[in-house]
Amino acid sequence: MRGITKTFGPIVANHKVDLEIRRGEILSLLGENGSGKTTLMNMLSGIYFPDEGEILVGGQSVAIRSPKDAFDLKIGMIHQHFKLVDVLTAAENIVLGLREPGGLNLKAAAARIREICGRYGFQVDPEQKVYDMSVSQKQTVEIVKVLYRGADILILDEPTAVLTPQETEKLFDVLRNMKADGKAVVIITHKLHEVMEISDRVAVLRKGEYIGDVATSETSPQALTDMMVGRAVSLNIERPLVETRNLRLEVKDLSVRTAEGVLALDNVTFQAYGGEILGVAGISGSGQKELLEAIAGLQSALPGAHIIYHPPAPDEPVAGRHVPVDRAGEELVGKDPLQIRRIGVSMAFVPEDRLGMGLVGSMGMPDNMMLKSYRAGHGPLADRRPSRALAQKVKEELEVVTPSLSTPVRRLSGGNVQKVLVGRELASSPTLLMTAYAVRGLDINTSYTIYRLLNEQKKQGAAVIFVGEDLDVLLELCDRILVLCAGHVNGVVDARTATKEEVGLLMTRLKKEGEQA
Amino acid sequence: MTQFIALFQAAIVFGTVILYGALGEILTEKSGNLNLGVPGIMYLGGIAGLAGAFFYELSTPNPVPALCLIISFVCAFAAAAAGGLIYSFLTITLRANQNVTGLTLTIFGGGVANFFGGALNTMAGGVGQISVAATSAVYRVSIPGLSGIPVAGPLVFSYGFMVYLAIAVAVVMLMFLGRTRVGLNLRAVGENPATADAAGIPVTRYKYLATCVGAGISGLGGLYYTMDYVKGTWASEGTIEALGWLAVALVIFAVWKSVHAIWGAYLFGFLTWLYFYIPGLSRSSQELFKVIPYVVTIVVLVVMSTRKKRENQPPAHLGLPYFREER
Amino acid sequence: MSVHVSHKEPLLRIAKRASIPAWKAWLIRILSVVLALLLSGAFIYAITGLNPVEVYKAMAQGAFGSERRSWVTIRDAMMLLCIGIGLAPAFKMRFWNIGAEGQILVGGCATAGFMIYFGGKLPTPVLLLLMAAVSLIAGAVWGIVPAIFKARWGTNETLFTLMMNYVAIQITSYCVALWENPVGSNTVGVINQKTKAGWFPELFGQDYGLNVLIVAVLTVGMFLYLRYTKQGYEIAVVGESENTARYAGIKLSKVFIRTMAISGAICGLAGFIAVAGASHTISTSTAGGRGFTAIIVAWLAKFNTFVMVLISFLLVFLQKGAVQIATQFKLNDFASEVITGIILFCIIGSEFFIQYRLIFRGRKEAGKA
Repeated sequence: MRGITKTFGPIVANHKVDLEIRRGEILSLLGENGSGKTTLMNMLSGIYFPDEGEILVGGQSVAIRSPKDAFDLKIGMIHQHFKLVDVLTAAENIVLGLREPGGLNLKAAAARIREICGRYGFQVDPEQKVYDMSVSQKQTVEIVKVLYRGADILILDEPTAVLTPQETEKLFDVLRNMKADGKAVVIITHKLHEVMEISDRVAVLRKGEYIGDVATSETSPQALTDMMVGRAVSLNIERPLVETRNLRLEVKDLSVRTAEGVLALDNVTFQAYGGEILGVAGISGSGQKELLEAIAGLQSALPGAHIIYHPPAPDEPVAGRHVPVDRAGEELVGKDPLQIRRIGVSMAFVPEDRLGMGLVGSMGMPDNMMLKSYRAGHGPLADRRPSRALAQKVKEELEVVTPSLSTPVRRLSGGNVQKVLVGRELASSPTLLMTAYAVRGLDINTSYTIYRLLNEQKKQGAAVIFVGEDLDVLLELCDRILVLCAGHVNGVVDARTATKEEVGLLMTRLKKEGEQA
Repeated sequence: MTQFIALFQAAIVFGTVILYGALGEILTEKSGNLNLGVPGIMYLGGIAGLAGAFFYELSTPNPVPALCLIISFVCAFAAAAAGGLIYSFLTITLRANQNVTGLTLTIFGGGVANFFGGALNTMAGGVGQISVAATSAVYRVSIPGLSGIPVAGPLVFSYGFMVYLAIAVAVVMLMFLGRTRVGLNLRAVGENPATADAAGIPVTRYKYLATCVGAGISGLGGLYYTMDYVKGTWASEGTIEALGWLAVALVIFAVWKSVHAIWGAYLFGFLTWLYFYIPGLSRSSQELFKVIPYVVTIVVLVVMSTRKKRENQPPAHLGLPYFREER
Repeated sequence: MSVHVSHKEPLLRIAKRASIPAWKAWLIRILSVVLALLLSGAFIYAITGLNPVEVYKAMAQGAFGSERRSWVTIRDAMMLLCIGIGLAPAFKMRFWNIGAEGQILVGGCATAGFMIYFGGKLPTPVLLLLMAAVSLIAGAVWGIVPAIFKARWGTNETLFTLMMNYVAIQITSYCVALWENPVGSNTVGVINQKTKAGWFPELFGQDYGLNVLIVAVLTVGMFLYLRYTKQGYEIAVVGESENTARYAGIKLSKVFIRTMAISGAICGLAGFIAVAGASHTISTSTAGGRGFTAIIVAWLAKFNTFVMVLISFLLVFLQKGAVQIATQFKLNDFASEVITGIILFCIIGSEFFIQYRLIFRGRKEAGKA
């Protein structure tokens, strides 16, 4: 790939990128979130077309206009979000779009699938419907799909993000087999230890620009980090210690069943304290979303659950934030978000899906600021003055980059969207603050701004629940970490003393019946 | 008994009109396009078939039956497919809202059909004067011999070929969607176009083709209506529009499965004509009776939404636009 | 295996516009209407061989040729506008209320029923108020039913409201058969022709003054409701994302039902205006497809009620004009639907050029405007 440039409106995703992919080699494409790794690879697989630059395959200049063109060039990509049709079977998904001679013969296809699986040590049931599959099964189907098409160049977009360490190991074995087969493998990732473990060569992207490539054997994680972020950054995240911690939230025997009938949370019990950050770790889809939504009143709990909110005592620094009530503890189960707010619980919630849940994409900043407070005041008319003032304040204090306050927030970049959302939530002076993947997709600077804001809340005595995916961050930022695995609490550890391996193990090991936590 | 046979026959004939409409719409919806232009498309099919036959019959003193058939059939299919093409161009290429475009197509199709229907009537000498007796007769030829069998004859074998063709189309569509490569690809397009695209399926071409062919099939409903149901005449009463909406309802009733549409269509026909065979109904209560098919559809719709069975849901991407570079 | 990949970049690519100045957007829309008029002109010329300019002149004659005609045009535009206003909150909430047709009819039936049974027994102002009230209630009920199912089970409202239309049509047929006058005509005839009980009184010396007044109030009211009230804000949030609405503590079912009650009620009121203020009779064609046309009015105006005024007038002008040319040049009335269809297709298609820009091969950027 030579001089590749791609823009989306005003955003430059790739700027004059050169990249070389070699057969019989595993190449890691390394970069932070938003550095343009996926966009670059999407141009190889025909999802996007470059604005400038040229792509050469086997020395020949080619135009890859569609995924079909990519297949014809034997390029196959396994996307981060699986491209599978839920209501079809594995075999149907694998033969989808193929133009083999003869009619549709699913039996023959199934035989070939089993043959491929045998060669690389996969497990796929060709007859199984995709909606019945686990995440790692779906990924396997994706890989078999690409191999079935005879791909020579395989691109995997963050393949390990959804896998357990054991599954990751299996995947890496398969990738090594492919390399031995003479295939070119590209793996997109931002996890350094994986880069060091699997790849022969590393290419680094930063903010859409190509920084360079090095042989893995000649580099170190520290050197790669420098290439990735541009300057050596202290990985130290501030962690102040708050002396007085009071019980703020008690969750007892919380079980949640999703609309699809899956038991997402199973008898979850824990406590959260004011003046501490409680981290929640777990591989994605372990029940994190349901946990926060249940507390926020957006998910109904199964009978027998209790979520007790303890208002701050009068001598606590956050006491002024609480509308005084007499009762000692408030039961939140069975209440909707509005009722929870009406009984005086000052809860802030930064959900994972920022534009799909936390904000209204088509509205400007002021209208988004009043999302939770538009009911204020008497009469049928909505008062927009306070929200306009708040929007201005958030814009200045958090340095939100936006053409104007009234620009729909959908048009802002990911980091600025998150600042708008966090700014609004913190403005409500919460006593309980919940965030889900608060720094996902954000650059380093914005991430640190978010950590600072969370720490400020903690120092003021708010209870913070921080759902994260990066164990390093969790271990450095939080006071305690609650580890979820398939809806169970597998343990709560002290983040100051726990090791990464310890937490990693808790994330992946299913507790057996009767075993102690 | 004769009463029952008459009701049964009426149900089949009525059902066949909406069966074509529904089958075409099922094919269209399988590609993810919710085309609310079915009434307009059936109008287009009806008038084009009629016009084709009319001008052919006008041009020759002795119309050849086979030519009558081919001309009207091709005209109807082509005109309806052209309606589908307008819809496809606007919703797929220009990414217009599907519902709004479909409704406009219904207005447009109804306008074109009634405009030319009126013109044809004028040419033929006045309101209701148009008649394509020769062509209509071809459509209404029943199977010789078999239709003479007592009971079974009139019940099963007394219809024009379009009735059997509709059943054949439904069965072929079932095989096509379930057993062929193209059918599998089409289902993927309607379920998850991004996936289909990534798999190298030309999503746009599939959507265009499914929508246009689907519209063509729906248009045959209009053709059957003009040729058999009203025996080769034209009246601007809006009946086709009502039938078109019933066809849309039938798609839901059949949970997007073409073979279910067969018996569903006949059941709708049965319910629609039932009032006629129940003695002692006043004219006003007859009108209330005609409400039954719609109420039944509503009940099916509600029951379906309360039981979320995976296999019975509409195509997952129905009604939504697809743009590869959208982000 | 042969590789069929050409070495050229694609001829034409499409990219989303970041933003577009309002004047450009309107220029594109106006161009689309001009294109539509040219297409319609070509259609007319192809069919009749008449000079399209003469035809358009005749159309203007038909719509505004006399005071009487102008008022009929205004009356019909008000009717269409009223329905569009009714649909606006529902569509802004992304609730596909295809059922305006039915809501108008039940409103009309309720109105006609009161006119027939209470005409002459109550003073007209009281009767009018009563009729307005029942039409509002009837329309609201017709709107609420699909909303309840949508709120409770997520039942597809597009198809549900569509079916409700036909239930309403059959109820109307039933009423027509019940109130038939004279017997055997299969129509209701003009209700209270002699007494004019329950008819709209003249206002400002005009038969249709009251129609204009009611709809003007609704136009302003709905504009304010959607833009400045808390409920209007809730509708906008729900329309954008149901998840966000739940997150904000908005009760979806309540907003669905309340908004559909408003939407249905206004459509029901349109039925009242049609019966008491225009035709003074009821039939299955009282709604006459306007429930569907109004969807397009509301959609194209992006729920801005003042823009709806323009679009309503444009469409009604076309219809009236087409009726005129039909009589003048011995065509039939349905020409108006053809022309309406062409114009709507063009306007719908033009939205694409407002939202996207085209990039031709070898050029950095090009576009329609």
